[in-house]
Amino acid sequence: MINSSLKTLAQMLANKEISSVELTQTFLNRIDAYNPVINAYIALDHEKTLAQAKAADVRIAAGNATPLTGIPIAQKDIFCAEGWKTTCGSKMLENFIAPYDAHVITQFDHAGAVNLGKTNMDEFAMGSSNETSYFGGVKNPWDFTRVPGGSSGGSAAAVAARLCAAATGTDTGGSIRQPASLCGFTGLKPTYGVVSRYGMIAFASSLDQAGPMAKSAEDCALMMNVMAGFDERDSTSLNRDKEDYTRDLNKPLQGLRVGLPKEFFADGLDAGVATVIEDAIAEYKKLGAEIVEISLPNTSLSIPVYYVLAPAEASSNLSRYDGVRYGHRASEYTDLMDMYCKSRAEGFGAEVKRRILIGTYVLSAGYYDAYYLKAQQIRRLIAQDFEEAFKKCDVIMGPAAPSTAFKAGEKVDDPVAMYLQDIYTISTNLAGLPGMSVPAGFATSADGKPLPVGLQIIGNYFDEARMLNVAHQYQQVTDWHAQAPTLDKPEGNA
Amino acid sequence: MALSTEDIKKIAHLARIEVSDSDAAATLSKLTGILGLIEQMQAVNTDGIVPMSHSQDVVQRLRDDVVTKTNQREAFQKISPAIGNGSEARAVDGGLYLVPKVIE
Repeated sequence: MINSSLKTLAQMLANKEISSVELTQTFLNRIDAYNPVINAYIALDHEKTLAQAKAADVRIAAGNATPLTGIPIAQKDIFCAEGWKTTCGSKMLENFIAPYDAHVITQFDHAGAVNLGKTNMDEFAMGSSNETSYFGGVKNPWDFTRVPGGSSGGSAAAVAARLCAAATGTDTGGSIRQPASLCGFTGLKPTYGVVSRYGMIAFASSLDQAGPMAKSAEDCALMMNVMAGFDERDSTSLNRDKEDYTRDLNKPLQGLRVGLPKEFFADGLDAGVATVIEDAIAEYKKLGAEIVEISLPNTSLSIPVYYVLAPAEASSNLSRYDGVRYGHRASEYTDLMDMYCKSRAEGFGAEVKRRILIGTYVLSAGYYDAYYLKAQQIRRLIAQDFEEAFKKCDVIMGPAAPSTAFKAGEKVDDPVAMYLQDIYTISTNLAGLPGMSVPAGFATSADGKPLPVGLQIIGNYFDEARMLNVAHQYQQVTDWHAQAPTLDKPEGNA
Repeated sequence: MALSTEDIKKIAHLARIEVSDSDAAATLSKLTGILGLIEQMQAVNTDGIVPMSHSQDVVQRLRDDVVTKTNQREAFQKISPAIGNGSEARAVDGGLYLVPKVIE
């Protein structure tokens, strides 16, 4: 049951083979058993969760179920959920009980889904290993000595370890796709503006986008049907007709033009990862795809551009944490200025402070043109690279991350090395394009562990349904997405 | 463009983050590495390129000038921090937030 697709679970619920309360309890039992080791969840509230499951059972019995009614979903702790502790992985918000729901939470509530709990994450979504979380790192379920990726590391571990039926994540520079690659499951970052950012704690507002993290492309499509849609409370939400993201899943791929950017297969890509990606491309050829060589010449500039724009936006967004109205306030201070400075020094972790400082610096008088404006200009060049590429192909494929999961502690003291984890994902955020990571096989680490590798699929604007189709067809002829790690039984297993 | 620890302290002050001397030194080495990475941008010719602030070229939506929110002051003030300096009481009084005296 823990490995079942969302469609199967919905059928079991509809046929009364299982109740939502039983299904939810099964996941809660697994969480109680494994979370003390994996640390995927920051906040759990069994009472609230089970109350939602009971309500879902009533709704199912009344015949008003939607495809996700009664399904237990893990929510990244970046989404405000009324009455739930919502920390964003920070000491700053350690005691913050959200007074309202994010749009994404409201959408799941309306669908009758069950909130299983809030998942761990890098502090304010700044990180690629989940190690910047104030609430501690998260273990990769495939190898507990390794990181799950980040920033949606808790959701990633929860999906991989089957501690939820599916999860939500957010992706500012790769925070859904890189952990999906490192933990071996399917994750989608939609086109910027497709999912409302209302109530999603802001990091870099022109890049942040929420999306599904699940066991298959089909599950992601069902999640997208709930998450996507216009919301007037987010000024960047796009007013488009509602879509059924499952509509194209079964289309054949004959004649699909797959672009391979040569920059995604250059220096810096792990050889084991490259082999897996090449095998996946070969599989697509068998499915009738046609391979086109393309170039995204400004790929290497995406990291410098991102590390100007994202910190600049973050320094502005995070100025709201001043210790006055909510969040951490220093316990000892002299005057107002001292209260601000101490509250922020104590409430933020090292990586968040670094990014605020970088952002403050690049926006300061005299530097604006050299950094911020320059970065915005190169951002356009990066977007134009994609525009050119999509004249020659329907989707772009390549690795989602340059390596498999790395050891905890390996990169934590070297921000630049950590930033390079997102070399293949950041450019799509800058362009605002949708991107996915799909399990494509395993590469063996130096210490002999098979570790998951994700194939990235990048689509043109609003092409999510086609990307899900492309991923789904691959998942009909391969079973990489169905593989789950064998977890050591913890002490006193329930 | 090499930064000094004094620069770090100035930037930190602008960002309203207290840094100790030892923090400033550690931050300096990390920030220097990151700014080195950012410096790669300067090699690119961007003459005449229109800056891109958002991926979709959309204009700000306008809405009717009518009240859409209800007053939720009590709910919002329930999560206010403790006053500090020895007081565990919430930093609100009569619907207002309490901060150190600003005007003598």
